[in-house]
Amino acid sequence: MKLFTVRGGVHPEYRKERTAESAIVALPLPEALYLPLQQHIGAPALPVVAAGDLVKKGQLLARAGGAVSAPVHAPTSGRIAAISDMTAPHPSGLPQPTIILEPDGKDEWAELPEAIADPLNASPDVIRQRVAESGIVGMGGATFPSAVKLNLGTERKLETLLLNGAECEPYLTCDDRVMREFAAEIIDGARIMAHALGAPHTVIAIEENKPQALEIIRKAAAGLADVVVVSVPAQYPMGSERHLVQAITGQETPARKLTADLGVVVHNVATARAVHHAVRFGKPLLSRVVTVSGGAIAKPQNVEAPLGALVSDLVSFCGGLSVPPRRVVNGGPMMGQPLPSLAVPVVKGTSGILALTAEEANEQPAEPCIRCGTCVTICPCGLVPVEMSAFIRKENLEAAARLGVRDCVSCGSCSYICPAHIPLVHYFNYAKGRLNDLDREARKTDQIRQLVEGHNVRIEKLAQARAAAAAAVAAAAAAAETASTTENRGEA
Amino acid sequence: MTAYNDKSGPFTHAPTSVRLTMATVLMALVPATLFDAWLFGWPAIFMFLITVGSCVLLEAGCLVLSNKPFHPSLGDGSVVLTGWLLAMSLPPWAPWWVGLLGAVFAVVLAKHLFGGLGQNVFNPAMVGRVALLVSFPLQMTSWVKTAPLGSEGAPSFVEALGITFGHASGFDHVSAASALGYVKTELSRGVPVDVSSQHLPDLMDMVLGMHAGSFGETSAVLILAGGLLLLARRIISWHIPVSLMGTLFVLGSLFHAVDPGRYAGGLFHLVSGATFLGAFFIATDYVTSPVSKRGQLVYGFGVGLLTWIIRTFAGYPEGMAFAVLLMNALTPIIDHHIRPRVFGRTYKGEPLPLKGEK
Repeated sequence: MKLFTVRGGVHPEYRKERTAESAIVALPLPEALYLPLQQHIGAPALPVVAAGDLVKKGQLLARAGGAVSAPVHAPTSGRIAAISDMTAPHPSGLPQPTIILEPDGKDEWAELPEAIADPLNASPDVIRQRVAESGIVGMGGATFPSAVKLNLGTERKLETLLLNGAECEPYLTCDDRVMREFAAEIIDGARIMAHALGAPHTVIAIEENKPQALEIIRKAAAGLADVVVVSVPAQYPMGSERHLVQAITGQETPARKLTADLGVVVHNVATARAVHHAVRFGKPLLSRVVTVSGGAIAKPQNVEAPLGALVSDLVSFCGGLSVPPRRVVNGGPMMGQPLPSLAVPVVKGTSGILALTAEEANEQPAEPCIRCGTCVTICPCGLVPVEMSAFIRKENLEAAARLGVRDCVSCGSCSYICPAHIPLVHYFNYAKGRLNDLDREARKTDQIRQLVEGHNVRIEKLAQARAAAAAAVAAAAAAAETASTTENRGEA
Repeated sequence: MTAYNDKSGPFTHAPTSVRLTMATVLMALVPATLFDAWLFGWPAIFMFLITVGSCVLLEAGCLVLSNKPFHPSLGDGSVVLTGWLLAMSLPPWAPWWVGLLGAVFAVVLAKHLFGGLGQNVFNPAMVGRVALLVSFPLQMTSWVKTAPLGSEGAPSFVEALGITFGHASGFDHVSAASALGYVKTELSRGVPVDVSSQHLPDLMDMVLGMHAGSFGETSAVLILAGGLLLLARRIISWHIPVSLMGTLFVLGSLFHAVDPGRYAGGLFHLVSGATFLGAFFIATDYVTSPVSKRGQLVYGFGVGLLTWIIRTFAGYPEGMAFAVLLMNALTPIIDHHIRPRVFGRTYKGEPLPLKGEK
């Protein structure tokens, strides 16, 4: 299949060999599971259980809180110890409402929804419904509710389901392992999703640095006329949705549009596997494969962990920390988020837990920019990081916005390559956050202005009505007066 | 465990640093420099050391005055590079005060008054050279015949001290014109270019460097080798050198074909003067050249065009330094108007139209 070139990008040291060859191992059930109500993009889930309730594996704990939301299920059987605030796996370290489940060790299944017989001929609605009920979200890390994304075919004519197995982040091998070990499940899930989307073609894109996964998936897809497996160049950030679509179709997704507008919907390979479980067996999303790696981890490996297991459980299962890490990262080293502590749970979007040594992180103090222009050359979004960061340093966010800071996908390539070690993406994330705040404020001010104007109009109307009423009363009184005078006169 | 969550990712970094970049550029200059040191002997070595040394000391002084730490600007090699390039552009037997004064122009005026590393608008080494050239035209155009170390007629260590620090007039008679200067002078006397250039060393000798000229502009082939190393190590990209030399070559060849008596040929323009040094080492200076590739093409074209115009029509035989400075002034404008196209947008910044949509 002909591939198209994608602008820019970097070739980081991948360091995937540390975990790529060891099979996925299941994490033994921890003493407690901590299930945040917000593990996805959108509205938080709403609990349907209370402290003290006994629940079974797969039972609904919290239902979707809106059109864009996802439910949360019990990863094992046990007792709800509490629903309380707990530190979120987020750099802010802020607390968020979390269901705490104490496993009883029996791992007893609840009654699951029935398998959908012959899903490839079932109504797409039935499949979407099942995916929504099963709490499946984008498992590449974006955590957007998958059912909403499977809806994209209802308004548009879709051509292709693009299954993202690029896994361009260094260190991470969870998708690689899932592809090698569960190829049939992925292909089946992909075909179900393509059917739900109404997309006649499925393309599975895998970076060329995963030859075994490529071979196994190719074998599994052999004989399927509608599924094509493609090896894409190992070039970070190939796994970025819009860039992968460009590599495969040659088309550039216009700003503020979706890849679906080009007829392509992208889903992660692990999401396809989850869809397979939900549709074929009625199993909701209860666990995920996490790459536990980094130089500070004694025994790096891929762990299938129940959602809600603590990061510290995973770390100690992998032999603990051999040296004090400089950074603990949730996700890959390029786009992952720093973790505030190890006492936070694994959630649906946790693709990796990396404990990086100071040497690996290679953090140096920032030096003056020498305008080498490398950031401009490698920016996969065609931006000018050197100029944008200079504006942001001066808090000139408008100028940065004009240069397109909102089009930045925060892939981190510029920061990674910068010889002066300037934390460019840090500036851009800051600017994007501030710009959003300003937008929100502007909207709020606008709303208040509208309310005040409406209020004034109402007061005005009221005053007018009052004046009119008073005038009418006065007129009536005057008329009565005249009438009575006339009457009097008549009498006289 | 101490968790660091004070900054967003990435949490890995390429093995790049400013120091490494500068060290690579310096390494690329070493072969040509060694050759030139041999070619011009002790006085040239003194001139080189004085120029580089003055630059480093002045940098340190400026950092102290402006209350800035010595690290990183002193340690990253950028000032050594400035001094080195300045020395490469000076006459090999220039007296001590020429190097020192050039360093003052380059480091104090061109670099630190603009705010130090990364802030200067103009290429410091070229500011140094041009200020010297305009102020001291005699000293700056006194080329000497090559006198390789150890050869007959080469000044000894002690004699060299006299040349550099004293007024050793005994060596005046060996002065010789650079190729560009010779052609220009002859042309002004009415000797056509195609006649005068026959008296020049042949192109092969010019390529190898066995001819008079600035300290660093003589050995085209070694400079070229250094430039290729920079290309291979991706310190520079092909855009500036190719557009610069391409412009120079095309203009030279074109006009030479029209009137060989008036215009020097394209190949002559390429191998004479500071073309290679300028194309690979001077015009590619990060700080003062555009950041985008398309901008660099425009910039290289501009430098090539101006160099050719100055060499051909202006009073000075060599125009590279002037051309670079003039284009430096345009760099912010080029950067403002020539930006890469943002993903999913037109060059104007509007979202791309969808297929079938106007």
